[in-house]
This record gives sequence, structure tokens and C-alpha cells, in this order.
Amino acid sequence: MTLARPKVEDATWHRLSPRMLPVHPVIEVGKALPALVGIFLAGSSQGNHIWGLAATAVVAGVSLTRWFTTRLRITPENVQLRHGLLRRKTITTARSRIRTVDVSSHVLHRVLGLARVVIGTGTNDRKGEGRLVLDGLTLPTAAALRDDLLHRGLVDLAKSDTHSDERELARLDRQWIRYAPFTLSGVLTGLVIWGLYWRIEGESGVNLARSGPLRAVSDWLGGLPTATAVVVVVAGLVAFVAITSTAGYILAFWNFRLVRHDGGTLQVTRGLLTTRATSIERRRLVGVQLSEPLLLRAVGAARATVVATGLRTGRGAERGGEVLLPPAPLHDARTVAALALDGTSAIAGELRAHGPAARQRRLTRSLVGAVILGAAVVGAELLGGPLWLLGIAAAILLAAVPLGQDRYRNLGHALIDGRLVTSHGSLVRRRTVLAEEAVIGWNLRRTWFQRRLGIATLVATTAAGRQGYGVWDVPVDEALALATTVTPQLLSQFQAGSPRARPTTSW
Amino acid sequence: MIDLELRAPAHLVSRRARLYWTVRALIGWIVVAVVELAILAGADGPGPVTATIAVVTGVLALAHLLVMPQWRFRVHRWEITDTAVYTQSGWFTQERRLAPIARIQTVDTQRGPFEQVFGLSNVTVTTASAKGPLKIHALDVGVADHTVAWLTERAQLSGGDGT
Repeated sequence: MTLARPKVEDATWHRLSPRMLPVHPVIEVGKALPALVGIFLAGSSQGNHIWGLAATAVVAGVSLTRWFTTRLRITPENVQLRHGLLRRKTITTARSRIRTVDVSSHVLHRVLGLARVVIGTGTNDRKGEGRLVLDGLTLPTAAALRDDLLHRGLVDLAKSDTHSDERELARLDRQWIRYAPFTLSGVLTGLVIWGLYWRIEGESGVNLARSGPLRAVSDWLGGLPTATAVVVVVAGLVAFVAITSTAGYILAFWNFRLVRHDGGTLQVTRGLLTTRATSIERRRLVGVQLSEPLLLRAVGAARATVVATGLRTGRGAERGGEVLLPPAPLHDARTVAALALDGTSAIAGELRAHGPAARQRRLTRSLVGAVILGAAVVGAELLGGPLWLLGIAAAILLAAVPLGQDRYRNLGHALIDGRLVTSHGSLVRRRTVLAEEAVIGWNLRRTWFQRRLGIATLVATTAAGRQGYGVWDVPVDEALALATTVTPQLLSQFQAGSPRARPTTSW
Repeated sequence: MIDLELRAPAHLVSRRARLYWTVRALIGWIVVAVVELAILAGADGPGPVTATIAVVTGVLALAHLLVMPQWRFRVHRWEITDTAVYTQSGWFTQERRLAPIARIQTVDTQRGPFEQVFGLSNVTVTTASAKGPLKIHALDVGVADHTVAWLTERAQLSGGDGT
């Protein structure tokens, strides 16, 4: 059956779905919650809830203006968004510039059958410009819009979720969830909770530690011998991080699927409560990055992200759009990366080491860093800190050499299958594969130390992902050879011995 | 200066740049001197510590004012060919940047109030990469305008969206 395709294209201005009306107040009140709780608590100490209620009403009311002031128009050439109450703003994006479409639905959206569509274009994405957020389209409209914008043609919407024109490259293996505790994403959750605690306490003036269960816990800990208390606290923290990391993994990656559509578009769908579908046009996908934080590396796992124009690279929620594979065994990550990049062997290929000068610099840097850090710790000790600080200082110094060695071992670069491959890092080891044609230009950077050692850091600039990928501490002649191979015309005219550009008359 | 096989860009920046950098640095040092004098006036009189600080400041300022503009003038270089823009800048960390004209997205000039007095202008060339803007500091206004006009024209010829 061919579903009546929701009309996404005409020249009139539309509002977003009115079903967003109950969503905005909930979201905005939620964001303002710490402040509102503070106002309520402050008011309740005077037996007066008026201020808290009034503040909540104001926040809710202001959030509603967003729906009333937002209009959307989709023409054959452009996608336009007009919004703003006091400062009206119209954002116009040419459809030819659209690179990626990201459709996500959080819990409230899902209850109401809505979605948030983020349209990515290539230009200046890092500043948040050139990025169009349509928060509150109905699901069919969002899907139709996505297909329409990425030129997938008129697809049968009822079927597009299932099969026929797509090939599955990967899906979540439940075994992978055992890697979740090693991602340490729970540390962030812990910090957020801690921050929330301080904000509520700061804004309400109520000391939460002196009341309820927290007090009971601290009293109980106070009764234990110090060594036992430390062990209990550490075990508690480890358990907390492991549990929240696992929960975070499941929330983010449940039902993860990576498929390739007939037109070549890659699509990642995932999420337990907030579902998310990111589509990346084939020619926008210019590379893949494998990252292995130390703990994940220790258990033989890695996460894979895409390098694509039009996708923002960031931390936390922003990073969501570029997931290619959640933390999974290194072998699987490599396989999927190769599949996404048309079967190239670049992701697992042999890299060229950067030589003794690079090794010396890595070692010097980690030793100098360790000595400074160690001196600071010893200083704290001398100023009356506990004795175990000395142990920490010793551990830092002992770790310096292996760290430097490892950082050197992980340095490398290669050109494989028309792709630039570069690797660096120890605490987080990253290997990036970037298509040569995605390289725009080069930044060749040399500190005074690097000049003495005859090495340089060569950064390939690109419109995709992190905007620039570095080859660290590479001997200068190798850096130049690499850059010349990738962009011969660009480099050759500035090679020593080549004629200088004749200054035009007025120069 | 740098033993790359890549030669340095052909052109130096405006000759007036040295004077401009000197004056700008001088203003910074004057501010420092005024603060020090104010502290000195608040104190009971010049002691050995304040005198040392004043002398050290003076020596640093003199060295900076004499060395920095010359050094900068030698390092900051640029070149534009038919197909590429090439710049060199930096001091402790030196950096050379290369970008093809075909991938240029915007070309801007900026002129601060002091730069206007000296008839200088900065040119910024951006590509689709946020990591790759090429900045040419302290060009003569005429040269800068000419450069911008020329680059804009060339970049339009090449078409495409630059990513």
C-alpha cells in the first residue's frame, strides 16, 4: 500500500504541530527546576508558595510563546524557519546544501507521536549556524521530510522502516553491554547529580546533608574505622559508576541498527526512551574514527564514529549524531567501519611510525608533565596533606615512562586506498580515516622544540567532523611527502626551488 | 629560518607594520607602568623590591619593543598564487597554512582604530573548515583591498560549495 505522503512542500508558512503545546512547558519547567525548587523551598520557610507558583507559571507561559512565534516553510529550493518573539529571525537553508538529517524523539515526543528534526549543512556548523532545528513535526511528516531532503525519492513510508531497499550493516549485540561500565559515562551522571545537589542547596539555603537518608549514611560511615570507610566509599562509587554507565549505554544504544539504503545513505537508529535516527548522505560520509579510551582498550573494545560534513562534533548529547557503532569489540568496530567506507582496509592497515625524534618528544612531554604534577602533589604533602599523597606522586612518576612509550607507539600515519589514516593518543587512542578528497588544506605547525627535532604537526583541514585531523610529530620531510601526495598541485608550487608568484603590480 | 623544503611565502607584510606593532606594544607597557607607579605612590616610598620590579619591567619592555616587531616582521609572510593562499605566522610556535582558492568560502578585511591610523588592514580567508582560516595581518590598505577583490573573483570562478 502506498501511504498518502504527507505534503511537506508548498509555499505557505506552517506552524509546528500543535501537539507541541504541552511539551514546551514541561521541558522548560524541567530545565528551570533547580531554580524553581529553590524558590519553593525559600517560600515554604515563610509558609508562602505564591512566588514559586508564579515563577513556574511565568516559565511555562514564556515557553509557549515559542510555538506561537515559530513558522516553517519548505519550498522546492529552501527550508525556512522563522522564529523569535522580540527579535524575529528567519533562517533559510538551501536544499542543495543539506548534508544530514537527524530525527529524534524523546519520551514526550513519542507519547504524542512527534519528532525533532535537525538539518545539518556543511558551513560553519561548529558555531551552530547553518543548522536548522525543527522541534515538533509529526512523525510521518518528519520521515517524509527526511526522505525528501536526502533525495531518496518517493519511498513507501509504511515499509521504509523495515526492509526492501536497505541492507543492515550492524545491530546491537547484547553482549556488548558488558563493555558499558568501562565507558565511565556514569562519572558524568555522578557529576551532574552532584552539581544539581549543590545548586539546590545553594539556591534554597537548605543543608540537605543534615536531613534524611544522607545523614543516616554519613553517620553510619562515621562510625566505621577509617580504612573500612574508605573501602566502602570507593566500592560504592565504583558500583554507582558501573550501574549508571550501563543504564546510560542501554538508554542510548538500545535497538541500535546501522543500515545502508539503496541510494547509499547510511542510517543509524537507536535509543530506548529517546529514539534517534540519523541519516547521512553517502557523499557526505568522508571518514570514520575509532576511539579507544584506556579502559575500553584494556578490555579490547572501541567505539566508532563517523566523520561527515554537516554533522556537529561535540560532547554529550551533541555527539549523538555521529555514532557509527556503540562501544563494541575492536574487531566488530573495524568490520563495521570498513563496511561503512565501502570495504576499505584503511581502518586496520599498517601505519608508519614517526621515528626517534617523535619518541623523544613524547617521553619528554610525559616526564615533564609528571614531574610538575608530582611536585605539586609533594608540595601539597609538605603543606600538611596526608601521607598517602606521596604514594600518588610516586605513582604519577612511575606511570610517566610507560605513558610516553605508549603515546609514541600509537603515533602513526599512512595513505591507504586514497584515504589518510592517522593515529595518536594513549589515554584515548584515536585512529581516523579521512578521504583524501575531503582534505581542504594544511596547517603545518612547529613549536620551538619541534623545530629543533626536525618534526612537525601536520593538520589536514576539512569541513567534516572535528574540522581538522592531525598527524603528530612527524618528520618534516615525511609531512611534506604526505601533503604532496594528497594535494599535489597545492604543495608543488611552494616547494623549495619553484618560482615565486610574481607580485602583481600593486603588491 | 625553517629548514622545510617548503619555502617561505614570498611577501612580507606592510613596512608600517613594525611601527604599528611597536606603538601597540608600547601602549600596553605604558598601562603596566602606570599601574606600577600607582602602587608605588600608594606605598611609603621606593623600597628595594619595588625598585627591582620597576627595573625588570623596564628591561623586559625595552627588549620586547626592540625585538618583537622585527621578529614578527620577518616571520609573518604571505603569498597568493593563481590557485592557492599560503601564510606563515607565529613566534614560539610557527605555523604555515595552505588552502586552495577553489575551496575559499569567505574573504574579509578587518581594521581596528589603530590600524586605520597606520593605514593597515587584516585579511582573513576562510574555508569550509573551522580549523583553517588563513589570516594575513597588517597589510597596506591598498594591497588588502586588491587581494580581497582578486580572491573573491577567483573563488567565484571556481564554483562548487567548497566542502
